[in-house]
Amino acid sequence: VGFEEIAHTADWALHVWADNLEGLFAEAARGMNALSGAKLAEGPKVKRSFEAESPDAESLLVAFLSELVYYAEKENLAFDHYNVQTACPACASAALAWPPGQAGTGEHGEGFKQLNVRTLKVEMEGGKIVSLNKSIKAVTYHNLQIQQTARGYEVEIVFDV
Amino acid sequence: MIRLQDLIKISNHEWEIPQSYRKDMRVPVHIFATQELLEQVMDDKSLEQAVNATTLPGLVGHVVVMPDMHQGYGFPIGGVAATKFPQGVVSPGAIGYDINCGVRLLASSIELEAALPHLDSLATMLNKYCPSGVGVKGVVRVNVPELERVLREGSRWALKNGYASEQDLARTEEGGCLEGADPAKVSDRAKQRGRQQIGSVGAGNHFVEVDVVESIFDPETAAVFGLRAGCLAVQIHCGSRGLGHQVCTDYVQELQAVVRRYGIELPDRELVCAPMDSPEGQAYLGAMRAAANFAFANRQLLAHSARRAFEEIFAGKMKGWELRQVYDIAHNMGKIETHEVDGERLKVCVHRKGATRAFGPGAPGLPPEYQKTGQPVLVPGSMGTASWVLAGTESSMLRAWGSTCHGAGRTMSRAKAKHEIRGDDLRRELEGRGIKVRAGSMPGLAEEAPSAYKDVDAVVETVTAANIARKVARLRPVAVIKG
Repeated sequence: VGFEEIAHTADWALHVWADNLEGLFAEAARGMNALSGAKLAEGPKVKRSFEAESPDAESLLVAFLSELVYYAEKENLAFDHYNVQTACPACASAALAWPPGQAGTGEHGEGFKQLNVRTLKVEMEGGKIVSLNKSIKAVTYHNLQIQQTARGYEVEIVFDV
Repeated sequence: MIRLQDLIKISNHEWEIPQSYRKDMRVPVHIFATQELLEQVMDDKSLEQAVNATTLPGLVGHVVVMPDMHQGYGFPIGGVAATKFPQGVVSPGAIGYDINCGVRLLASSIELEAALPHLDSLATMLNKYCPSGVGVKGVVRVNVPELERVLREGSRWALKNGYASEQDLARTEEGGCLEGADPAKVSDRAKQRGRQQIGSVGAGNHFVEVDVVESIFDPETAAVFGLRAGCLAVQIHCGSRGLGHQVCTDYVQELQAVVRRYGIELPDRELVCAPMDSPEGQAYLGAMRAAANFAFANRQLLAHSARRAFEEIFAGKMKGWELRQVYDIAHNMGKIETHEVDGERLKVCVHRKGATRAFGPGAPGLPPEYQKTGQPVLVPGSMGTASWVLAGTESSMLRAWGSTCHGAGRTMSRAKAKHEIRGDDLRRELEGRGIKVRAGSMPGLAEEAPSAYKDVDAVVETVTAANIARKVARLRPVAVIKG
């Protein structure tokens, strides 16, 4: 499980990896906090929850991270604990294999390869931000593709700053 | 990866990526750049992103890329694309997250020499009145109904509330208000983000800067623009803050499903789009225009704040301290315009992302005083280097969708800049060169170091040699306020 900043000319980008999809989502959130340098206040934890439904895992990831952007900007909140649950009610099993027939889109090659329909539920704990080096303003879909690799799951995310 | 040999050289300042380069291209890419500037972007994804942009349905003519291009996400920064109205698509990603990010230039008759003893106080006062930085709130508080008026009316709202003059509006693109804005298509979440931020600069590469008019290249046009050699001017560079970012986020997300419904295939999900005449396309256009109006009002409020600062520092001490608006122009926007395509006048949606509208003489919508000169084009440099005032040309109308460059363009990644440059050192260096610096974040300052950008003079030489703009004046910074 981990993340690393990767070079991007105009904005910020993260490479994130984890054993499973849930871990990948949590690690992406931690990576975002590390990029922006968010430091949290001591004291009682603030709890928030987030639920989303989307036709693919990448959209769930963007929705989740965009929620964190909103909390940081609107409520001055960031989180350091995430309990992530994913589900795929329409799938016969929770296996995350690429469904046959949905991979690739012909002339553009490997674009738009998607995971099955799934839902996301995250319980988050955190606190008020006491200092922030820089704010992330948006989470992009640019070349966003969660991939299954020997490491488990990996993704590169580009943020607008 | 696109190589230099894949490009067709048209002249020393123009290149083409032919439509035959990739089978999904709908139009060619036309690049304004010298070979040296091109070579600076060959190892990033700028040109690949320009090729991806040519796959948008309904494109006409060619996709244009400016010499300050650099890698963005989905669509390259410095890109311009026009889609046929109304059947062609509108793409939020081809306009960008910071909808109507742009520049306003205000001119004074204060001579630098007379202002020098007051520059430090002026920088402090501007920093006080023009809130900047991460999480900073704006100079006014508005409730949601009032915000919706801002979204509908843009700078007209500022005029009604005493923050603008009639001349300010006349010297703002579209009079500071895009018609067709629909606040109902802006999410509650976007409104909540924007409500607290109206009248603030934000962070990143946004700034308020005091410059001196260092050189004049076209005295007649400079006089019309109100620019005097040796006198102070103020640039305000910012956009629609969190509101615009949320509008783009919302619609890029929503249109993911829409492209499938309309059978649109794209090489990058950030390019999602919808036909302009579809309900989804109409909704985005209404929301995008509302966000653009927010940005016009935002820069207008900051101009009002800058005027307060100038008044407090200079009123009673010298004459000519009033700040007159030269122009306010966007470089991230989608506009319905009429252009000549293959000898035919065609209504198109011009997507400009990191490219400035640069209408030539006689173009519709320019105030009477700029009808002969062409529109003022504001090209901010990187902090510590020159900025330029250019004028639009007829040639730009014919070859670049009435557009030109928007700045220096980044060349170094933010990650590398953070590791190689210390904010404190940079601040000392700038102060040593006589530039007063007020910055909220030292790491943020380091990311925006001049060495992270291309040479703005080389960018301007390219667009003027290619005749898609002409030189009017060069500005040199004397005080920079950054978040």
